[in-house]
Amino acid sequence: MATLHVNGRALEVVAEPDTPLLWVVRDELGLTGTKYGCGVAQCGACTVHVDGQAVRSCVMPATAVGARQVTTIEGVSGKVARAVQEAWNRLDVVQCGYCQSGQIMSAVALLTEVPKPTDADIDAAMTGNLCRCATYLRIRAAIHEAARAL
Amino acid sequence: MPSRRRFLQSGAVVGMGLLIGVRLERAAAQGDPTAPGVFAPNAFVRIAPDNTVTIIAKHVELGQGAHTGLATLVAEELDADWSQIRIESAPADVSRYNNLAWGPAQGTGGSSAMANSWEQLRRAGATARAMLVAAATQRWQVPAAEITVDAGVVAHPATGRRATFGELAAEAARQTPPAQVALKDPKDFKLIGRRTPRVDSLAKTNGSAVYTSDLRLPDMLTAVIARPPRFGATVKSFDAAATRQVPGVVDVVRVPAGIAVVARGTWAAIKGRRALRIDWDETAVERRGTAELAAAYRSLAMQPGARARGQGDPPAALASAARVLEAVYEFPYLAHTPMEPLDCVVRLGAGECEVWVGSQSQTFDQMAVAAAVGLPPAKVRLHTMLAGGSFGRRSTPRSDELVEAASVARALGGARPIKVVWTREDDVQGGFYRPLYVHRLRAGLDAGGRVVAWEHRIVGQSIVTGTLLAPRRLRDGIDLTSVEGAANLPYAIPNIAVELHTTTAGIPVLWWRSVGSTHTAYSTEAFLDELARAAGRDPVAMRGAMLQHHPRHLGVLDLAASRAGWGQPLPPGRARGVAVHECFGSVVAQVAEVSRDSDGLPRVERVVCAVDCGIAVNPDVVRAQMEGSIGFGLGSALWSEITVVDGRVEQSNFHDFRILRIDEMPRVEVHIVPSAAPPTGVGEPGVPPIAPAVANAFLVLTGRPVHRLPFSRLAAGGARSS
Repeated sequence: MATLHVNGRALEVVAEPDTPLLWVVRDELGLTGTKYGCGVAQCGACTVHVDGQAVRSCVMPATAVGARQVTTIEGVSGKVARAVQEAWNRLDVVQCGYCQSGQIMSAVALLTEVPKPTDADIDAAMTGNLCRCATYLRIRAAIHEAARAL
Repeated sequence: MPSRRRFLQSGAVVGMGLLIGVRLERAAAQGDPTAPGVFAPNAFVRIAPDNTVTIIAKHVELGQGAHTGLATLVAEELDADWSQIRIESAPADVSRYNNLAWGPAQGTGGSSAMANSWEQLRRAGATARAMLVAAATQRWQVPAAEITVDAGVVAHPATGRRATFGELAAEAARQTPPAQVALKDPKDFKLIGRRTPRVDSLAKTNGSAVYTSDLRLPDMLTAVIARPPRFGATVKSFDAAATRQVPGVVDVVRVPAGIAVVARGTWAAIKGRRALRIDWDETAVERRGTAELAAAYRSLAMQPGARARGQGDPPAALASAARVLEAVYEFPYLAHTPMEPLDCVVRLGAGECEVWVGSQSQTFDQMAVAAAVGLPPAKVRLHTMLAGGSFGRRSTPRSDELVEAASVARALGGARPIKVVWTREDDVQGGFYRPLYVHRLRAGLDAGGRVVAWEHRIVGQSIVTGTLLAPRRLRDGIDLTSVEGAANLPYAIPNIAVELHTTTAGIPVLWWRSVGSTHTAYSTEAFLDELARAAGRDPVAMRGAMLQHHPRHLGVLDLAASRAGWGQPLPPGRARGVAVHECFGSVVAQVAEVSRDSDGLPRVERVVCAVDCGIAVNPDVVRAQMEGSIGFGLGSALWSEITVVDGRVEQSNFHDFRILRIDEMPRVEVHIVPSAAPPTGVGEPGVPPIAPAVANAFLVLTGRPVHRLPFSRLAAGGARSS
């Protein structure tokens, strides 16, 4: 039994200590917007924020989170998140959509850190987020559009 | 009404679907059980008193935009407001939701969603509209001709009366469906041909979209399955003692696919599987690796194969040609790797079974599950979920993930719902790949540099043999999916032979986005540029001269070339390459502008794409499909390859089965050819041209043809020159 702080709430979790944060979030807490894509931090579909930093939840044991704040796509908020999600909608970035929670979490972390990212900044921050539908052009365009709106 | 010129007579136009539609309309009018006040004039549209219009989508949303497109067709003829549209997946029911391009089967594939629904769903919308108008006519006692419908509002301008669809729903439901309806003249389209927002964007950007993997049913357990490490192995014996010690593991059961570990939660199931000890019977396994298969295929390619196309006298023409060129191309096995790995939820009840899955072939899936659990297909209720990509992987002739989930549920006595999930390693190593192919091409040029002979041999496994599609796609021993894109070579060449060697191997194969064109577009279009180079001819001009009887090919070729600035100077270290190809009724040309990266591999800077897909139902979705197809095809051409050594797949996850990343995505410009023809598909036809376009630019840059994919083989020194 441990306490996890997720989306602003303190939650008791019963998972085994080695359980990756991803599976606690999805299977135990029912926050299924965070996706499994590879299990080895190669695709970014599982990206969440831990104290505002983009983290691959598939390789972080839930017990390693400690008292830090976990934010998932269901709980991400604030003006950066809003701008990102609005840009994603306006440009119709999504296709299958499965990777997009992770893309958005990475993009929000980037824009929080770097309000006006260059293409090189975007490459560096987003290269770990795979999209098999290859919506990359619109992801890039949406990040620039969100930056302009902020 | 002057804008409604085209009258369709029942049964005359869309055949089976239309007849079924009419029958259902009658059923609805006779009191089909629906909620009070809901107007459900046919199988595809439902209007509720709250003014929502629900479109029932018979095609799965895989990312290709099918839901948005289907809704557009209905909403256009209904004159609905886009904001009132909702989407619901159709149940598995072949009597109402069959793919009209497939006959008596419900399913999605071959880029057929818009093409087969074009008349059917517009008619569904027009029928609903006519009944709303009839209801208003009755309520207001005014002539129907004086009533207008726009953006979800029915009005009588002369008297200022107006009513929403929702307000008229109950009365519309009591109207007699019209025997015939008029469809709009395309010049009056308000939604078709314009950008309407995707219906699924919001749910896919806030985490609320529910995929199969996200389903949580009461008492549900999660299963992962240990499958054979070599294709064709079976379980001899297993020891699950350690697995049963893993906290959360509930049961371990043997199923046809292997050994299933059933647990409370995914992580426990994965851990439990790691602790399994399985002794495999490998007497029947495929031990040949990809190197052995390719070597055997290269030998076969030297011998004549079964004739898929014969025209003129190619041997004589080759013998008398001024020059003969030859090339051998090799294409690797490719995994689909949709971002959502395969998964399926099954709940077995007494005499019935419920299935949740992102199904691409509901009818076949229903039959397969029925057989697995011993029920008639009608007792299998299949819910089609959003799918996290597919690219062909979810259209499985054996319905593997469904049968797995059904067999686990059955092994547990049906006590609890079961979700089977595949890990990424299961996906990459699980087979059902785009087959490995070897192509050998020979061509003859005359003294003027014209192509006078073309001999094309293809060697590889058949995708359709042994599947339910064999009767339709296997002709005289030729698997049409092996030769599509090659047998229908559009170029005016007097002597053409296209031949096929169908091989057998124990590595399971499957269609992969654009199917035969994944390899035939490359070999034909790359070889053509080798010929152009040898003849000293411009690749665009040479193609144009041989496409005079193919106006759609010519149209996209000229459009892409002119928008790309073909022939204009480029900065040093850059070159352009072109390719044009028809796939599933759409024709696409792409011009790639390419440089080289630090490893000497092609780096694609810009792609100009022209597409002729008939009427573009939603031009923004068309653009998105072209952009995505280019990235999908490019990533595979650059990096992707499944290799097998001693029967074992060498790759396991995205670190060694590489796909495109954001920093490798070129700028893409998409130009859509204006067309009045009915829509053809866009989910797949954007894939085939990109790899040969890049290869053709690379040939200009380096003088070196690329005869083996992926391009990354060049950096490894593995490129084979023939």
